[in-house]
Amino acid sequence: MNEALISQLFILALSIFLGFALISRVPPLLHTPLMSEANAICGIIIVGALIAAGVEAESPFTIILGTSAVALAAFNVIGGYMVTERMLKMFKKKGS
Amino acid sequence: MNMASLVPLVYILASVLFAFGLKFLGSPETARRGNQLSALGMLLAVVATLAGHHIIGWQWILLGLAIGSGLGALVAVKAAMTQMPEMVALLHGCGALASVFVDWVHYEKKHSAFIFSIGGVEAFTLYVSIVLGALTFTGSLIAWAKLSERMPGRPITFPGQQWINGLILLGILVSGVLFLMNPVRIDLFYVFLALSALFGIFMVIPIGGADMPVVISVLNSYSGVVACTTGFVINNTLLIVVGALVGANGIILSIIMCKAMNRSLGNVLFGAFGAAIKKAAAGEKKEAKSLTIPDAFLILEAARSVVITPGYGLAVAQAQHAVRELDEQLEKNGAEVRYAIHPVAGRMPGHMNVLLAEANIPYDKLLEMEHINPTMENVDVCIVIGANDTVNPAALHDKTSPIYGMPIIETFKAKTVFVIKRSMAAGFAGIENELFYYDNTRMIFGDAKDVVQKLVAEFKTK
Repeated sequence: MNEALISQLFILALSIFLGFALISRVPPLLHTPLMSEANAICGIIIVGALIAAGVEAESPFTIILGTSAVALAAFNVIGGYMVTERMLKMFKKKGS
Repeated sequence: MNMASLVPLVYILASVLFAFGLKFLGSPETARRGNQLSALGMLLAVVATLAGHHIIGWQWILLGLAIGSGLGALVAVKAAMTQMPEMVALLHGCGALASVFVDWVHYEKKHSAFIFSIGGVEAFTLYVSIVLGALTFTGSLIAWAKLSERMPGRPITFPGQQWINGLILLGILVSGVLFLMNPVRIDLFYVFLALSALFGIFMVIPIGGADMPVVISVLNSYSGVVACTTGFVINNTLLIVVGALVGANGIILSIIMCKAMNRSLGNVLFGAFGAAIKKAAAGEKKEAKSLTIPDAFLILEAARSVVITPGYGLAVAQAQHAVRELDEQLEKNGAEVRYAIHPVAGRMPGHMNVLLAEANIPYDKLLEMEHINPTMENVDVCIVIGANDTVNPAALHDKTSPIYGMPIIETFKAKTVFVIKRSMAAGFAGIENELFYYDNTRMIFGDAKDVVQKLVAEFKTK
């Protein structure tokens, strides 16, 4: 196994712990926004999609795939963040 | 330093912002700031990626961004709060398909190169990523179709289903092993891609409407794992970190949902619950007592403490705004109004909270099951709107009941229970609800929104 892979696995292990620690603190009240937030950050695949469409794609077929990936990921990012924002705006405390 | 060497640093910053975003979701007061920080992280990651790579296909990127962002914004603004579960399912599907395409482009490029070379780890993560990505995509589409009623929400089963699933899985496995032994074989790539997509469909069609909270959580987890494995394929650490965060999120929510139904994950995913136990609805015929609206009003007028227990029926009837009006009238009359939220009420985790928040009900009145149950004995009237299995006392004592052991909202302990319901039909699980026959229970028959509005009208004209 090469060194780069080892350090990636290392980061993976710690990230999983971080995820569990952060998310178990979110109250059930906010579970729906939590899920749409998770959706939105999962749109980070857009980073891969940009490279696919802008750098890697060469043939017409891969250009179509890459461009679709960008569109799908952008849908995920924009839709996810906007809908989370919309939901969170609605949560108000008594008297405010 | 040139731009390319800055990219990893910006990625680290983006990961930190995502982590803060999730941390701030721990409280409703800071949640919006969290969402904005997270969005900032995303923007930085995108800008750094564009600046740090030698991009050739700008026109394609701009085209993709324009289409995706436009549609995303449109859907996010248009979606009603009752449609949140299907919106989330759709987003899962899009993310997973994007991952599949990214992997696919990567593989195609390698494949069309003059000398084919792919590492063992790369090929393995590519395989996992494609399999999970394809089944998450089709599974999410089926979940979306079921939730938006483009497809019947009930479990769809047929003889030999387990066998077919087994065969498809076997096919995915065999083609995978062959592919890993010789990754240049693009025909095998297409085989496991197609089989995985098929498996996603078969995985979700036997799951019924009320189990959707679990399905959505599981798909959420998968979409995280897919992003993570894609990170390994294209050698991108940011994808690995974010994928792990999202994967953990989905796992935690799945566990919470399963606990709230006292069922194992395997049982939800492979049990076809609703279909199997229809026959359990026997038992002696008792008489449920019904109540007219004016009589219900008299009892409510005298009540000092009222608890409203909503279920999916409230969302179906779009009764949340009417409920807020009733809440206002009750408070004007001097009563204390609170809401009891069961973790699996609705079609996704936290669904009821969002619906009630939409109707301007302050979130400090929305209480979790564990907090409200101990106070239930002091409640004068508990109003059950569109909930059924989550308030069935059989879950507490009847060992023969299919829902035995599931934690419930103990509405029956209140001095009086109102159940607003269309008819005496059984709930999702096909089980008759004992609560309807308790001495302190009164049925108010009718559409939830209609009944609540009539109660509000009684208060206004008193």
